[in-house]
Amino acid sequence: MEKVNLNTAIQHGLTEEEFNKIKELINREPNLTELGIFSAMWNEHCSYKSSRVWLGTLPTKNERVIQGPGENAGVIDIDDGDVAIFKIESHNHPSFIEPYQGAATGVGGILRDIFTMGARPVANLNALRFGSPEHPKTKHLLNGVVAGIAGYGNCIGVPTVGGEVEFDSCYNGNILVNAMNIGLAKKDKVFYSIASGVGNPVIYVGSKTGRDGIHGASMASQEFDSDSESKKPTVQVGDPFAEKLLLEACLELMKTDLIVSIQDMGAAGLTSSSVEMASKGNIGIEINLNNVPCREIGMTPYEMMLSESQERMLIVLKNGKEKDAEKIFKKWGLDFSVIGILTNSKNLTLKYNEEIVCDLPISALADEAPKYERPWIEIKCPEKIDLKNKLKDINIEQIIKSIVSHPNQANKSWVWEQYDHMVMCDSVQFPGGDSAIIRVHGNNKKAIAATVDCTPRYCNSHPYTGGMQAVCETYRNLTAVGAEPIAITNCLNFGNPEKPEIMGQFVGVIKGMTEACKKLNYPVISGNVSLYNETNGVGINPTPAIGGVGLIKDISKIKNSKFKKIANKIYVIGKTEGHLEQSILCYDILHLKKGPPPKIDLDEELKNGAGIRSLIQNDLIESCHDISSGGLIMTILDMSMSSGIGANIQTNKKEFEQIKFLFGEDQSRYVIEVNKENVAKVEQQLQKQNIHFVNIGETSSEITIDDDLKFNLNELTKLNKEWFYKYNN
Amino acid sequence: MKANVIVFPGSNCDRDVKVALEKFQIQTTMVWHQENTLPKADLVVLPGGFSYGDYLRCGSMASKSNIMKDVIKHADNGGYLIGICNGFQILTETNLLPGALLRNKKLKFICKYVNLIVENNNTPFTSKYKKKENIKIPIAHNEGNYFADEKTLDEIQSNEQIVFKYCDEQSNINEETNPNGSCLNIAGITNKNKNIIGMMPHPERCVEELLGGSHGSLIFQSLIN
Repeated sequence: MEKVNLNTAIQHGLTEEEFNKIKELINREPNLTELGIFSAMWNEHCSYKSSRVWLGTLPTKNERVIQGPGENAGVIDIDDGDVAIFKIESHNHPSFIEPYQGAATGVGGILRDIFTMGARPVANLNALRFGSPEHPKTKHLLNGVVAGIAGYGNCIGVPTVGGEVEFDSCYNGNILVNAMNIGLAKKDKVFYSIASGVGNPVIYVGSKTGRDGIHGASMASQEFDSDSESKKPTVQVGDPFAEKLLLEACLELMKTDLIVSIQDMGAAGLTSSSVEMASKGNIGIEINLNNVPCREIGMTPYEMMLSESQERMLIVLKNGKEKDAEKIFKKWGLDFSVIGILTNSKNLTLKYNEEIVCDLPISALADEAPKYERPWIEIKCPEKIDLKNKLKDINIEQIIKSIVSHPNQANKSWVWEQYDHMVMCDSVQFPGGDSAIIRVHGNNKKAIAATVDCTPRYCNSHPYTGGMQAVCETYRNLTAVGAEPIAITNCLNFGNPEKPEIMGQFVGVIKGMTEACKKLNYPVISGNVSLYNETNGVGINPTPAIGGVGLIKDISKIKNSKFKKIANKIYVIGKTEGHLEQSILCYDILHLKKGPPPKIDLDEELKNGAGIRSLIQNDLIESCHDISSGGLIMTILDMSMSSGIGANIQTNKKEFEQIKFLFGEDQSRYVIEVNKENVAKVEQQLQKQNIHFVNIGETSSEITIDDDLKFNLNELTKLNKEWFYKYNN
Repeated sequence: MKANVIVFPGSNCDRDVKVALEKFQIQTTMVWHQENTLPKADLVVLPGGFSYGDYLRCGSMASKSNIMKDVIKHADNGGYLIGICNGFQILTETNLLPGALLRNKKLKFICKYVNLIVENNNTPFTSKYKKKENIKIPIAHNEGNYFADEKTLDEIQSNEQIVFKYCDEQSNINEETNPNGSCLNIAGITNKNKNIIGMMPHPERCVEELLGGSHGSLIFQSLIN
């Protein structure tokens, strides 16, 4: 067997200290296969070695949480014996190297996390971030990623119902592709990955193992340099057809009583799936590698263990049930192979050609994985800046046109019309609204709502506030459609954690999220961390993409953000102070990137959210939209452009005060449309709940601000719609 | 009325069609592609999806499936047969319908509601629509660009086999209102006998207002008539 030394260890991304720890743990030198396995388990992607200490501080429980972090995905109770299972995951590094396959396998990976647990996936969402549109790679990456997500999701037949797309030059060298999936299951039919029962057989099902994706997880744990293109062979290739078969076969098997535990082969493939299952069950596992179905001839134990070939699962069956299970997989034309057995050794033992090629204590691979308390610097909130002089000469009319036609505010139908967002026939709200709404299949009353949000420019300015804001924005988006927010999943995308300022961003975001999650009773139940999003030493804006899920108990009460009819009253809920630093106006349009993000008052957040939900419950409003990037005016324009109904807005303010009112991004606010008949009831209810509100005008045929600024709605709608089509033509 | 929905590996609108059929009290059986014989039924549906992953060519491998022999027999005997999306592709691959479905002109998957003109309401599938009625049904495909040679196009026109054409709100039928580049803006056709229909739009996706529309309902209502 091949000998290894410190050099080999370093080539595997391990440090000298880590290599010494390995030798100490196993009391000898590892061989090459063993070293490969250690490197796969101990890299950042699998071990969360830089983030674990802080992830442990996030709130993870409320009365609806059945399973928090630590499993393939989190599980929440949505009443009537139903559960929703969801998670978000990054596929950033592979997508930059090979956008189509990187994004496609990102979708494939998150889907497996969901159906591994017994749920039928019902909704895909995604959060995509690209470099500046002018950057030479951006168009290629945008087209490749969107086509990859479409290619995988459309084929497997799970609708892609929501997400976000944002451009910022900070992502020029590191795009972000975060894929979320939600599945539905019965509460008593959830499957976990804890291996148990010495002597139970270990089964490999799905596609064959090839040489693709070897060291994919290690690649995702490093910074990029000019040589990143050469990493193409580490990107996996997806086969959504195989995954569709695997999905149906697994769900069919799950209807029987044959499974002990099940885990998908994701990052670090057979290595991490077998080690994680055994580790959770505190049990040993022995695998005969000669039985692993291989796509290529002559694959070595090292290659089989580190391959990240897609569409594979590891299952522990009840002893003696192999034949029954095999029948199902044969029906679907999939490989089924008994590759091992659970043992009482507490070791991972691999045999190949009758020889033992690896024998490592599971605890050394899992529990003993390094955990670093990386040094960090607290990032203070920057001082407010004097914008009055800088903004005094802006032309509001021109600015509004620039905002609606800016890629970050432009209509995204070019993107989501490439996704099948209707298959499964339960998509009640299509993309483009505040949250996607998916009916619980077979139930005519109940639905779940889902959204993904983050405002990285806020996080970059002040991570603590930004982390809090990302959580709150999902809370608002769920609230705006009438859903009760329940829990979140997070995808934490950051730069190199070995730099104290980056670690400071991470810590700040986590602390902010924690505050918000606690106050809103809105815990984190699953997620993923993607670090080292840096190229040649330049990191991205901290980007904690938050996926929020809520419950709609009565589908007949949902609201969307389209204005409904002319001459209804328009109200702003929540206090408007006119915070302009880090707004779209300053950041994207005027390129003034200094100053603090808007602050968040969590009491306000909670109160305003509850107020909106009760207005919706009582059928008192016609439409609702939260106020986010672009401020009040962008919110109104969204509601107008999606409906063809304009608005006559009275700010009663002049000059700088008017600019603040229109473009300020103060938090915890919503716009609602109220039929005149309901005005008294709405005002009364808001007063009773002590919620700040102000009437700012009425719906109308065109857009008018303070009687003197007039816009042709059709023209704005055209400007808003055409950016993506022109750019990609 | 009874229907069989054929399930190929990779079909993904099979359940959706079943739900829609059952909404109109059509008794529905799912039939796995490896079966040899169809249960007795008035209607067979080839659902949308990506049979065999759309590998080789959309619909081509499914057209050689075991069950297809009996499906062809069913149609030859005058039984009703609907192919939706991938099902339409399978029908052209089996030559039950003329022409072929090529990649969309802009080379992208398109999922959206489109307007259609009902060109022929004198078929068992469209009798509940008015002639020239403008309806909205969603499409979701990457290969929906209907192509046939001049001679075939002449034939299907003179035989009144064209059932649906893509148009806009104002019923304009032209290049701008053609989402995928189809010849003559064709969205759906029948065979000469009018007992087989192939269509790219998904009627099963719009049988209730909650999901965005219900113009697909009339296809199912026409059938049970």
